[in-house]
Amino acid sequence: MAQPSSTPPDDNKGPNGPRRDFLLIATSAVGAVGTALALWPFVHSMNPAADTLALSTTEVDLSKVAEGMSITVTWQGKPVFVRHRTADEIKQAAETPMADLRDPKNDKDRVQKAEWLVLIGVCTHLGCIPLGQKAADPKGDFGGWFCPCHGSHYDTSGRIRKGPAPLNLPVPKYTFLTDTSIRIG
Amino acid sequence: MSAPAFDNKIIKWIDERLPLFTMLEHSTTSYPTPKNLNYWWNFGSLALFALVIMILTGIFLAMSYTPHVSMAFDSVERIMRDVNYGWLLRYLHMNGASFFFICVYIHIFRGMYYGSYKAPREILWWLGLLILLAMMATAFLGYVLPWGQMSFWGATVITNLFSAVPVVGDFIVTWLWGGFAVDNPTLNRFFSLHYLLPFVIFALVALHLIALHTSKSSNPSGIEIKGPQDTIAFHPYYTIKDLYGVGVFLLVFLGFVFYAPNFFGEPDNYIPANPMVTPTHIVPEWYFLPFYAILRAIPDKLGGVIAMFGAIIVLFALPWLDSSKVKSGRFRPVFKWFFWLFLVDCVVLGWVGGKPAEGHYIPIGQAATAWYFLHLVVVLPLLGRLEKPLALPASISASVLKEKA
Ligand code: HEM
Ligand code: FES
Repeated sequence: MAQPSSTPPDDNKGPNGPRRDFLLIATSAVGAVGTALALWPFVHSMNPAADTLALSTTEVDLSKVAEGMSITVTWQGKPVFVRHRTADEIKQAAETPMADLRDPKNDKDRVQKAEWLVLIGVCTHLGCIPLGQKAADPKGDFGGWFCPCHGSHYDTSGRIRKGPAPLNLPVPKYTFLTDTSIRIG
Repeated sequence: MSAPAFDNKIIKWIDERLPLFTMLEHSTTSYPTPKNLNYWWNFGSLALFALVIMILTGIFLAMSYTPHVSMAFDSVERIMRDVNYGWLLRYLHMNGASFFFICVYIHIFRGMYYGSYKAPREILWWLGLLILLAMMATAFLGYVLPWGQMSFWGATVITNLFSAVPVVGDFIVTWLWGGFAVDNPTLNRFFSLHYLLPFVIFALVALHLIALHTSKSSNPSGIEIKGPQDTIAFHPYYTIKDLYGVGVFLLVFLGFVFYAPNFFGEPDNYIPANPMVTPTHIVPEWYFLPFYAILRAIPDKLGGVIAMFGAIIVLFALPWLDSSKVKSGRFRPVFKWFFWLFLVDCVVLGWVGGKPAEGHYIPIGQAATAWYFLHLVVVLPLLGRLEKPLALPASISASVLKEKA
């Protein structure tokens, strides 16, 4: 039976072979790269939009926060803990040996003024909000915060001491506007 | 595949242009089915029935649901109180998810007992696992939609699992959220994906069935079909048996829908989401509890996440981990006991997953996690080599006749 005329000739093996191979590979490569690039707008559309990114700032009045008390404010949809630490708590945080820390950071590098500790109140394990802001809350084995979700303990500098969380509670960017007010962000 | 002769002129006319009726005839009417299937073989068709219920009720719920953080919770309450039969649609959808998982989990353990994953059904098994993964994603996304406390914190904890990925973890989480916390962009995309994924599942089910009809159903004896004496036609014998199963399923399912509609739910999810307060005891839906227990058993963030995903990934290798040539657990006197032990182990994991991670729950969870992997990776490969299986019957037909005698 004769070959139907529409069957493509197997020319890649003929004298023009290398040229055809080159054309095929080059065209396919350009097509593949083009398709991959076309995917980017779709992927990137899921990243934070311009209005979400527009840096929000939050101002906090510290004058009403007595020593030993804490307040929680909202910044970028997340809770920020501000604690007015007692001399005892500061001493505890400063004297902890680095060897006891999972994520070793000096307390003095985590504060601008030793009595004011400002933290993003989101557990670095899986994102729950640790307890310890209210007087009646459990504060964990190290006097700071305790995350009830999977049992992470943070100390009076917000550093991770026990439990599954890998990192310290992060310190957001903030500036003292006056002696008794800060701006976060 | 020879075309059956159709008497009806219209059917014939259509079939010559689009062989719909031929396909239907081959995959339902004349599909040769082993004649010894027991009731454990009903759960595949029941799972499909549950999927249809989910899609149907979901489409109608979506007509009254609003995916916005300030309106989602109230729109669900409006469905419950003001929309005609809204309460029924929602309770069918809520309990339907649980029953879908019950059917699929029984279906999977059926496969494990009777060795249904072995050659030539490996791809059939993989497609089933892909369906399970897609179902889990769909159910997780759906649970976020009513925007209660559990919705919000479940979404926060689960999306945060990806922050365990080295280097790019935080970028992935921000990308998933579309912001810096679970918020409106997150709810919007979750609704979009929750609507999409069930149709992906439907396509996977179609492939699952094509693979099934290529290798044919396995059966309780684990012996392949050797000839026409081993099979009966799917219709009417199994259509009626599957329909009978649907009847029993509906009895139990509707019993929950009408008399205990919140049995599987968490009361905390009737509190509107509050991004500033985490409930003291957060738990996922029951069908995720065994995996949640595995996550918490490992005291390391990345390790826990790897173990949790690994618990499903390892099942893809099951056809090779189980080295026994004999398929059915009926003829494997030692395997049989390990199978039941494994089932109990999974139940223990589910139980621990619902308890707080403290005290003696921690070592129990760790032991059960260890056994889960030991069973699959060590016990099964060894058993196939050490165990002496019972004598196999000559054929499916012979096994049935022997039971009768
Ligand atoms: C694989 C199939 C599906 C599963 C496992 C599933 C699962 C779920 C779950 C667990 C919920 C939360 C129920 C609650 O607590 O209130 C939910 C909600 C919802 N689902 Fe689905 N779903 C499926 C298919 C669909 C489909 C196809 C749609 C169609 C658009 C849909 C639309 C909705 C809507 C609008 C809600 C929010 C209303 C509510 O909470 O009851 N679902 N889904
Ligand atoms: S989220 Fe805080 S311990 Fe897991």
